[in-house]
Amino acid sequence: MPTVTINQKSLTVPEGTTIIQAAEQLNIEIPRYCYHPGLSIAGSCRMCLVEIEKMPKLQPACNTRVTDGMVVTTQSPKVKEAVSGVLEFLLINHPLDCPVCDQAGECYLQEYYMKFGLHDSRMNENKIKRHKAEVIGPHVILDTERCVLCSRCVRFVREVSRSHEIGIFNRGGQSEIRLLPDQVLDNNYSGNVVDICPVGALTDRDFRFQCRVWYLSKADSVCNGCSRGCNITVEANRQRAHHGEGRRVMRLKPRFNKEVNRWWICDIGRYGYKFIDDPSRLIQPLEKQGDELEPLDWSTAAERAVGRIREAKQRGGAGSIVIVASPQLTNEDLFVTRKFFGVDLGIDQIDFRIPDKNTLSDDDFLLRADRNPNTRGAEAILLDGGGFDLQRIIESASTQSFGLLYLCEQDLVKKLGSEPARRFLGQFDYVIYQGSNENETSGLANLVLPAATYAEVNGTFTNFEGRVQRIHAGIEPLGDSLPAWRVICKLAQTAGFDYGYESAAEVFVELAQTVTEFEGLSYEKIGSEGMKLPETQPVPA
Amino acid sequence: MPELALLTHVQHRNLMTVEEYRQTGGYEALRKVLLEMKPDQVIEEVKKSGLRGRGGAGFPTGMKWSFIPKNSEKPKYMVVNSDESEPGTCKDRVIIEKTPFLLLEGIAISSYAVGSSTCYLYIRGEYYDQAMILKQAIEDAYRHGFLGKNILGSGYNLDVYLHRGAGAYICGEETGLLESLEGKKGWPRLKPPFPAISGLYGCPTCVNNVETLAAVVSIIQNGGDWYAALGTPKNGGTRLFCVSGHVKKPGTYELPMGIPLRSIIYDYAGGMKDDRKLKAVIPGGSSVPILTADEIDVKMDFDSVAAIGSLLGSGGVVVINEDTCMVKALLRIARFYAHESCGQCTPCREGTTWLKKTLQRVYEGDARQAELDQVLSIAFNMMGTTICPLADAAAMPVRSYIQKFRHEFEYHVQHKCCDVKPAVRI
Repeated sequence: MPTVTINQKSLTVPEGTTIIQAAEQLNIEIPRYCYHPGLSIAGSCRMCLVEIEKMPKLQPACNTRVTDGMVVTTQSPKVKEAVSGVLEFLLINHPLDCPVCDQAGECYLQEYYMKFGLHDSRMNENKIKRHKAEVIGPHVILDTERCVLCSRCVRFVREVSRSHEIGIFNRGGQSEIRLLPDQVLDNNYSGNVVDICPVGALTDRDFRFQCRVWYLSKADSVCNGCSRGCNITVEANRQRAHHGEGRRVMRLKPRFNKEVNRWWICDIGRYGYKFIDDPSRLIQPLEKQGDELEPLDWSTAAERAVGRIREAKQRGGAGSIVIVASPQLTNEDLFVTRKFFGVDLGIDQIDFRIPDKNTLSDDDFLLRADRNPNTRGAEAILLDGGGFDLQRIIESASTQSFGLLYLCEQDLVKKLGSEPARRFLGQFDYVIYQGSNENETSGLANLVLPAATYAEVNGTFTNFEGRVQRIHAGIEPLGDSLPAWRVICKLAQTAGFDYGYESAAEVFVELAQTVTEFEGLSYEKIGSEGMKLPETQPVPA
Repeated sequence: MPELALLTHVQHRNLMTVEEYRQTGGYEALRKVLLEMKPDQVIEEVKKSGLRGRGGAGFPTGMKWSFIPKNSEKPKYMVVNSDESEPGTCKDRVIIEKTPFLLLEGIAISSYAVGSSTCYLYIRGEYYDQAMILKQAIEDAYRHGFLGKNILGSGYNLDVYLHRGAGAYICGEETGLLESLEGKKGWPRLKPPFPAISGLYGCPTCVNNVETLAAVVSIIQNGGDWYAALGTPKNGGTRLFCVSGHVKKPGTYELPMGIPLRSIIYDYAGGMKDDRKLKAVIPGGSSVPILTADEIDVKMDFDSVAAIGSLLGSGGVVVINEDTCMVKALLRIARFYAHESCGQCTPCREGTTWLKKTLQRVYEGDARQAELDQVLSIAFNMMGTTICPLADAAAMPVRSYIQKFRHEFEYHVQHKCCDVKPAVRI
C-alpha cells in the first residue's frame, strides 16, 4: 500500500486511492466543483490542482492516483495562484446575484472565494447573457448564468438516474447546460441534481425563496417514504416563522450512507414531507359528539379511551378488541403498543397489515413497493406471537361484531376503499384513531388521539434489510400531539401501569432486552449508519 | 535540391493509382516488412530513424509505438490524424493530393508494427476533395490486395475506414479526435489513461499524423540510419514546411530538419513579397510563440526552436511583413481560439473569451495601458492548467506578441490607431 505525504502529513492508503481521497482522510481541504465521489471523474473544473514533487505541471487531485513516496502540496504559491486563477475565471461571467440566489449560504463559489480567492474583480468586459430561471422539470429550475459547467448534473442523469435528459450544448464560452430536445428533467431522482450542483444553477422549485439556508436547523433522520430507509436530514426553519407560509420543515436532504442510499434519495421521499405541517394535522384529542368531533384535553381523552377499552373487555373479553398498529410507527412506538395492549391488557388480536388496493411498485433503484419505513420492525415486534390474521377478518366481510378497535396511523378508507372500510369499522362498537393527520378514517372514529410525525420524534426504523436506523426529532410535536409511544404510555398510566419511560432511548433498552431479534442492540451500536438485525431463525410454522 | 523522403517522386506529377505508385517503387517497403520483418524490427528501425511526430508535439514515433501493449485481449487500433486544423498548416493535404498511396503504405507498415488490423483515417470535414481522393485510393488498394485480407500472401489483414470530421479544431487533439470518432462531442480526454492503453472504444490505440506515417515508408526503404542522417541529431529526416504570408513563393516545401528559417524564407519561398521588410515569423502554426525578424537564423528542428522559446509545431510557417498590425494579427488568433475552445476546462473556456474581448478593446483603443499586463496575467493563468494544450495554444501567442511587439499594443491604447504605416483609423 502506497504512502503519500500531503502538506507534510503522511498517510498509507490502499492502491488506487486518489490524492483528493487521501487528502480528505487527512482533513486537508482540496477545493473542487466537478469531482463528486458518486460520479465518474471529469477533471475539468481544474480547481483541485496540486503540486507533486518531480512533476513539472500541476496535476488534478481528483484524477491522480497516489504512488508510494509521492509528496504533494496544496499550499505552494504555484498552487494557490492556479486555484485562485481558476476561481477568477469561474466568477468573471457569474452574475454575482447572491442576494436573490437561493444557493447563497451553501454555495461553493462563495465558500471557495472566501477561502481561496479574495481577489478584486478585474473583469472589464460585459458579462455573457444566458438563459435564466428556466423550469426544466417538475422540481428543478435552471439558471445557466450561475452555472460553472462542472457537469455533475449531466453525469448524474447519465450514470445514476440513467435518464439522460440534460447535456452541455455549444462550445467554449457559449457552453450551456440544456435539456435535450423534447426532454423534461422528470425522473424520480431529479431532486438530486440540486443537491450536487455546487452553485445556484440548479435550484429546487419546492424550496426556492421559502427560507434562507442559514435559518435552517438540521436533524439526522430516515425517510419514511418506503422500506429502503434512505438516510436524510430534516431541515427545519425554527427562526423565521413567517417564512415559507409558516411551514417548519422546509426540505429534506439526503444523508450519505454507503450501505443504504449512498448520496441519493428519490423525489417521492424528498417531497413527501408536506403532511408534517399540513393544516390537516391533529393537534388535540377529539371526541365524536353527534356528527361533530369536539376537542378534549389529554387526561379526559385518556380516561375516555381506557374506560372504553375496559368496558369492551368486561363485556366481550379480550377477544372483542382489535389493535391495528402501523408500519409507519417506530420500533419504540410498536414495542410500547405491544407491551400495553398485548402484555398488560392481554389482547392478542394485534396486527398492522392492511391489504392495500393501490398497487405500488419498486423502481429499479431506491424506491420500494412497500411505502412504509418500518414493516420489518413491526414484523419483529408484533408478529413474534403469530396467530392473529387481520386480513382474514377484513376480506371475509364477516358479520362478526367486536367491541373496540384501536387503530394507529392507517387510513383504511384510502387503503381498502370507502365501502369495505366503512363495513369493517361498522363491526366495532367503538373506534379509537391514533394518528398525526386527519383523514376520512379518522373522521369515522369515536375518539381521535393526536400523534407526532416521524420528524418530531426520536426513535428507530428497521428497513427491509433489517437495518435498524435512528431518527432524531428535528422539531417539536405540533400542538398537543405526542409521540405515539407517549400516547400509549398515557393510556397505560391511566389504566394503572406506570412504565416510567423518560425517553425513546429507555424504551429501546427494554425493547432490546425483550424482543429476540433486537437482542444486543443499543443506540450507541446503531450509531449514525444503522445496524443490521442479527440473522434470525425463521419462525417455525 | 536536398534529398527527399516524402515527395521524392511527385515533384512534377501526382501518383494517383496503384499502378503509377508501384512504377516508382511503391509498396516495396510494405512487401519487405510483411515478408521479411517482425513487428519489433519495424519499431526498432523507426526508433533508429529519429522520426518524431509531425502533428506538432514531436514525440518520438518509435517510442509511441512501443507503448502499445504486445499482448492485448482487446483489438488494437491505428488511428490516422488528418484533421490538420492548426492554422497555417497544409502538409497532410499535399501528401493526400499528390501521393495518397504513400500514406496508405505507411499506414499498413505502421499498423503491422503495432499489431493492429483496423485503421481509422480521420480527415477534417473541410477536406472534401481530399477525402474523395482517399476513398478512391483505399478502394484501389483493396482491389490490388494492399488492403484487406492476407496482404501480399503474408497472412496479415488490415481494414482502413475513412471518417470525415465536422470541422472542429479540437478534434485534431488526439483524444478529442477519438471522442469524435466514437460519435461523441470532441472533448479531449483526461489522461491517464493514455490512448496506447485505453484509446478508441477503450482499446489500445496508436494515433499518428499523416506526415509521420508517410515518412515511415522511406525509413523502411532506405533504413533508419539514412533517414536520421537527413536531419539533425534527435530530429531525423525531412519536414514539410507550409510557408504562407508575405513571401514571393508561398507553398509546402519538403526540407531537411534543422534547415535555418532564413533559408526557408529567402532560398525556397523566394524572399519577401514586394521586397517589404520582414517583421515577424510564426514558425509552427498559429499557436506557437512568434519570432521576430532577428530570430530567423534558428535551425528548424524541434529542439533548436524550443531553445529560443518557440515551437516547431505543425510546420506552418507564417511570414509577416512590416505592414502588418500585430495587434490585429493577435486579435484574429485570439478570436480563433475563443471560437474553438471546447469549453470543458474552466481556464480555457473562460480565458479564451476574456482574452478575445479585452484584445478587441485594445485594438479599438478602448482599453487602459494597465490592461496589457492584465492580458498577460490572464494568459499566464491559462497555461498548464487544462486537460489539453488548447489553453496553452491560445495563451502562448498572446504572451509572445505582447512581449515582443509591446510598443504596437501601447500605441493602439494611446492613439486609438495603428503605428503601422499607412496608419489606419479604427
